[in-house]
Amino acid sequence: MIFGVDVASMILGGVAAGMVLFIVSVGLSVTMGLMGFVNLAHGAFAMLGGYVIVLSMNYWGVPFLPALAFGFVVTAAVSVVFERTLYARLYRAAELEQVLFTIGLVFMTIASVTLLIGPENQQLRLPAMLQGQVNLGFTQYRTYSVFLIATGIIIVLGLWLGFERTRIGAQIRATVDNRRMAESLGINVNRLFTLTFAFGSGMAALGGGLGAEFLGLDPQYALKYLVYFLIVVAVGGLGRVTGVFYAALLIGVLDFVLKKYIPKGGTLFIYGLTILLLLWRPQGLFAGKST
Amino acid sequence: MIAPALNPALHPAALAFAGRHQPRVWEPIVWILALVFYFAFPNHLGFGTELLITILFALSLDLVLGYAGIVTLGHAAFFGVGAYTVGMLAYHGFWNEPISSLMLAAIVAALVGLGSGLVLLRTQGLTLLMLSLCTMALLEEAANLGHEYTGGFDGLASLPIPKLLGLFEFNPLYPRTQYVYVLTVLFISFLFIRTVVYSPFGQSLTGIRENTLRMHAVGSPVRARLVTCYTISAAIAGIAGGLWAQANAYVNLTTLGLDRAAMVLIVLILGGCGRMYGAFVGAVAYMVLAHFLAKLYPTAWQLGLGFLLVVIALFARNGILGIGEALLRRFRAKRMPR
Repeated sequence: MIFGVDVASMILGGVAAGMVLFIVSVGLSVTMGLMGFVNLAHGAFAMLGGYVIVLSMNYWGVPFLPALAFGFVVTAAVSVVFERTLYARLYRAAELEQVLFTIGLVFMTIASVTLLIGPENQQLRLPAMLQGQVNLGFTQYRTYSVFLIATGIIIVLGLWLGFERTRIGAQIRATVDNRRMAESLGINVNRLFTLTFAFGSGMAALGGGLGAEFLGLDPQYALKYLVYFLIVVAVGGLGRVTGVFYAALLIGVLDFVLKKYIPKGGTLFIYGLTILLLLWRPQGLFAGKST
Repeated sequence: MIAPALNPALHPAALAFAGRHQPRVWEPIVWILALVFYFAFPNHLGFGTELLITILFALSLDLVLGYAGIVTLGHAAFFGVGAYTVGMLAYHGFWNEPISSLMLAAIVAALVGLGSGLVLLRTQGLTLLMLSLCTMALLEEAANLGHEYTGGFDGLASLPIPKLLGLFEFNPLYPRTQYVYVLTVLFISFLFIRTVVYSPFGQSLTGIRENTLRMHAVGSPVRARLVTCYTISAAIAGIAGGLWAQANAYVNLTTLGLDRAAMVLIVLILGGCGRMYGAFVGAVAYMVLAHFLAKLYPTAWQLGLGFLLVVIALFARNGILGIGEALLRRFRAKRMPR
């Protein structure tokens, strides 16, 4: 029975990490699916949000939840400015230019944060309510991980409802499947994209704040976890909320379990697995049948 | 404009096309400058060697990215494979004769390129980008883990590299031999790449870059062409990596990382891709800037580099050479108003 509890608590830890991965990556998946824009600066928006959240808590004493909301709003607002002034110019450009432009943004973000705030790690101080352990009936577990899982479930349900049941969700799905047709039907794709881009960046900011406790938060964040976000999106499929959710859980749990049992070769295994998965299903593991 | 059409072979466009492989007047200047550098800056030959290796590496990327239009983020994988081939063979005492180990590096890198190319080039777009990135990360992780063979995180230091041709010593403090050696290898490789680019094979690569569908329609074996190009490019990147290991007498994980892959991409784009000499211009501009700025103000350098990338992506998609060409065209148009 001890073994069973051990496995359960390990999987819970992986699920909690997977939730953070999902919250960060979902915006990337939708914006890439909508415009085909290769946005390597998504991690930079997550980092920006994380800094806003953590610093506003540490310096102004803002409570945790309002700080999360504040980080969401600030990052979404900043991303709209970038989207309208810079990203919009590159929608019709080749992939290479988009890659260069967004890598450039990442470098600039890393350097500016290092200059303005410093290269050290920023500590997230959890409120007392979320510290310590909670009794789940079969085992004691970290309250924060349980909080993350609950938050993740609420968010994925909300997003799923928004995606499947609202007018904007339908417009997004239509545009991901066939952009030209959607435009012909009178959907304002550019405005739709600005909205989703802002919302996706805001979500990334939330993820940056929520994950700061165990991912850390230093200027290299934008580059360090980028490969993970991209793997989740590539495996989950472009423009698919549920696909990204499953992929994030899969990668989160795998990463957690592998780091425990093979602390050295774990990353190797994840890269290898990603290559195999992408060769098997180039459109992503959970992509639908539409092109 | 009816007269030239009578004989299509004499049409100005046809003549320009037929003569495009002939050497231009200004082409030797590059190599003369490289020789002048040897005599003018005897104290900076280490920097010069690094610069020449970067040029060779960027040239190999130009073949894939500039001519065949394959967007890859993992080209440093082949650089690292070449460097580790040379390094591991020498460190473990199997083989260290410089020229033949360089050929071995090329062969091993070409095999890795062929293997991964056969697999990766089935995909395109984001998937290809991710797969090339993951392949490189996989190799980096493997080099990190295979501690006994690769030296892990610390790499392999003080490689025993014997005298070149039994005559010229590789002196790490005064790298005269390295400079001339690398320059020679670069020249030979450049002649090879130039021949490939202007051959019908190279022309078909450009065709694939411009319109893959049409190349399929005219019956060109697109996949085979791309894989061949990828393999050739991998071999040249492997040579660049092998040269790096020999010139520095060590290898470490930096030869395989995302930093190096991003650096070579920046160098090529900065100079202008699909132009061959873009690699030269870009490497000089980048390395000189990096040499002076990066050591003094590393953070400001990163900020400036990011800004440069954004500006290039937004306004100067053809790099420095592209700007030069545009200015030249404007200048000529002014002189000869039609």
